[in-house]
Amino acid sequence: MGRYVIRRLLQMIPVFFGTTLLIFLMVNVMGDPIAGLCGDRQCDPATAAQLRAEFGLDKPVWQQYLTYMGNVFTGDFGTAFNGQKVTELMATAFPITIRLTLVAIVFEIVIGISLGVLTGLKRGRPVDTTVLVLTLVVISIPTFVTGLLLQLLLGVKWGIISPSVSSAAPLDELIVPGLVLASVSLAYVARLTRSSIAENARADYVRTATAKGLPRRRVITRHLLRNSLIPVITFIGTDVGALMGGAIVTERIFNIHGVGYQLYQGILRQNTQTVVGFVTILVLVFLAANLIVDLLYAVLDPRIRYA
Amino acid sequence: MRGATQARWAACAVAVALTATACGGGDSGGGGGGSGADGIVSSSWGDPQNPLEPANTNEVQGGKVLDMVFRGLKRYDPKTGEAKNMLAEKIESSDATNYTITVKDGWTFSNGEKVTAKSFVDAWNYGAALKNNQKNAYFFQYIDGYEKAHPESGSASATTLSGLRTTGDLTFTVKLSQKFSLWPDTLGYAAFSPLPKSFFDDHDAWLSKPVGNGPYTIDQYAKGSSMNLRRWDGYPGDDKAENGGIDLKVYTDNNTAYTDLTAGNLDLVDDIPASQLTNVQSDLGDRYINTPAGIIQTLAFPFYDKEWDTENGRKVRQGLSMAINRDQITEQIFHKTREPASDWTSPVLGTEGGFKKGLCGKECEYDAAAAKKMIDDAGGIPGGQLKISYNADTGSHKEWVDAVCNSINGALGNNRACVGGPVGTFADFRNQVSQQKLKSAWRAGWQMDYPLIQNFLQPLYYTNASSNDGKWSNQKFDDLVDKANAETDKATAVKTFQDSEQVLVEQMPVIPLWYQNGSAGYSDRVSNVALNVFSVPVYNEIKVK
Repeated sequence: MGRYVIRRLLQMIPVFFGTTLLIFLMVNVMGDPIAGLCGDRQCDPATAAQLRAEFGLDKPVWQQYLTYMGNVFTGDFGTAFNGQKVTELMATAFPITIRLTLVAIVFEIVIGISLGVLTGLKRGRPVDTTVLVLTLVVISIPTFVTGLLLQLLLGVKWGIISPSVSSAAPLDELIVPGLVLASVSLAYVARLTRSSIAENARADYVRTATAKGLPRRRVITRHLLRNSLIPVITFIGTDVGALMGGAIVTERIFNIHGVGYQLYQGILRQNTQTVVGFVTILVLVFLAANLIVDLLYAVLDPRIRYA
Repeated sequence: MRGATQARWAACAVAVALTATACGGGDSGGGGGGSGADGIVSSSWGDPQNPLEPANTNEVQGGKVLDMVFRGLKRYDPKTGEAKNMLAEKIESSDATNYTITVKDGWTFSNGEKVTAKSFVDAWNYGAALKNNQKNAYFFQYIDGYEKAHPESGSASATTLSGLRTTGDLTFTVKLSQKFSLWPDTLGYAAFSPLPKSFFDDHDAWLSKPVGNGPYTIDQYAKGSSMNLRRWDGYPGDDKAENGGIDLKVYTDNNTAYTDLTAGNLDLVDDIPASQLTNVQSDLGDRYINTPAGIIQTLAFPFYDKEWDTENGRKVRQGLSMAINRDQITEQIFHKTREPASDWTSPVLGTEGGFKKGLCGKECEYDAAAAKKMIDDAGGIPGGQLKISYNADTGSHKEWVDAVCNSINGALGNNRACVGGPVGTFADFRNQVSQQKLKSAWRAGWQMDYPLIQNFLQPLYYTNASSNDGKWSNQKFDDLVDKANAETDKATAVKTFQDSEQVLVEQMPVIPLWYQNGSAGYSDRVSNVALNVFSVPVYNEIKVK
């Protein structure tokens, strides 16, 4: 187990360097960001040159990358164009997005898995068909439609929630955005759980457990669900990273100043430091989530061993 | 028993989420507080692109704050745009080059420090010095010694402007490097604001909470999300704030701000999203504002490309101008938030300031048949096709560029005569423009710095001027601008500038499209809301019911 974890951690290093380098190159390919800083007029050449030197943009890309990575290891993620430290931006954006992601994941787990278990056990019944149709509808509607619709109905028409989230973004204001963010994944979780449960319900060990005279409740939670959750956990694990990085649409609709918003601003302003910094952290989150998922397999199914 | 612990853990997570739900909150989303003279107005805001310093702020979001926190020598009348003395007791000159400025007595910064002549001289020197990277440094270019403090390339040989001299506690003199009779009228721009000592002593602290001499002070500033401004009761000016303060709230999307306004969570939105223009009348009624702002949009051409810089090129440009149905596009695409342009300035200047409706004449009027004839006679569009480049990331430019192309294609009877050329980001677009990579037309816009006809002409069309991106050059135009700047009588200066505009009609270096309006909406909690000529709300005059 320990050796497995170490091997996985070592594998992360090339992945980490590769992704950051790719992002760095991509942002750089977009051209000189200084040109956009002065609005519809040209920056005067001397100031532009000064700014370029200040942000290190006058050096060749490989040198910029090396300097950047060197700084990252000392915890310095550079400065955004508005004079704020990128670490400062992270400190405000990440807690908000983590809260939003947590809300979304809780929805996925609670609603998604319950629906999945329910339908998996009642295959072919009306409740199964209804949920299948509903999840199909949720999957086929884009997030921004769901988001704008809920915002309009709950926020403007009925006045149940505030249509925009305040800058502090407390948990209660994040419930509706979290549900919107979770909606598509939630539908997938429900469907994944359903098919997994349906498949395992006919497995020998379930029949054995039932034959032993165990209560139905215990058969389902202890034997059936535990084995059926492996694909679901895999999905939720990779979804953590996807939700954090992909919250751009939801964050925009509900005015949440999280990671998605900062990334969007960074890309619009071609701010290499912001984009690369945030993506670097997201890559780390993604890698960590994947590792945790793999380790969870062994917990769920003792037959899986890591050496 | 492992299973049981897991179940308990899951139950706890849900419980935590639910209790947090029940007990969270606290921050009231918007709506502000109080009523009457102490009422707080909540208003939408965008994240300023640059640090908030007077000489470093070149976009409207940061400009909003400066307008509340600072007062300069002059102030533009919110309604007429006329430059009126604010902190200036008098600005005198006999030769349009040497100016003596007297600052009014009795003004202080909100930290109690007195506003003196030195507050201005130091601020201007700071703004002009190359080492401070101020994006608005070019505002000081007319002051003598600017080339030394801010050379076009290389390092600066001076840190102060030799044309600035403090002559007394409240007086200083300015020597310009050229005759410029309208120069005092430029002093209302925020870049010319005075700065307190604390700005120079502890710059970082000042940036995190700017201190100025305007009707508001900054109470709280959370970068990137909100700013709370409060009325400064010690403000000595006569344009005191008529509300208790302004809460600016950054929105990720102006659609959300608009939704918040309709839900009653926000008092003021100063940028109605294009997608809402169709229902804004029914949503807000007379609480919707649509007034001219000092912005003109044009199509620019590359004169560094020899094909466009010819006699035939001139005819083609005039023909293209006549092939654009401005009335139809402004009505259908922009829902009358733009007005068809018929000169190269803006209605906010007023007729006295140099705006002249119809100056462009038939060259700016839609006439498909004449347009086709002109372009055909001139041998067709250089390169065979007109490609209008624009940035696709903001501003909904695609819609109107496509409409302009449709109009041109329709007039010429050729579906491939004009196409749009989207560029991913604004920065990349500006890059291509400034590095002269574009071989065909591109969208251009000009937002005035100060309401002067000079500002709509000289920076854009004078040979090698800072925003003459197409590198157009015309001796006759340059001479007329020089002549206009040297006129000591304002009316004659304006008249001469209009003469120079006639050269633009003949040569059509850029095609004027339309004047942009500012649009805003407000809640029924507030009244007396208006946009000034820069399309920034006049915050200090807003009243809370």
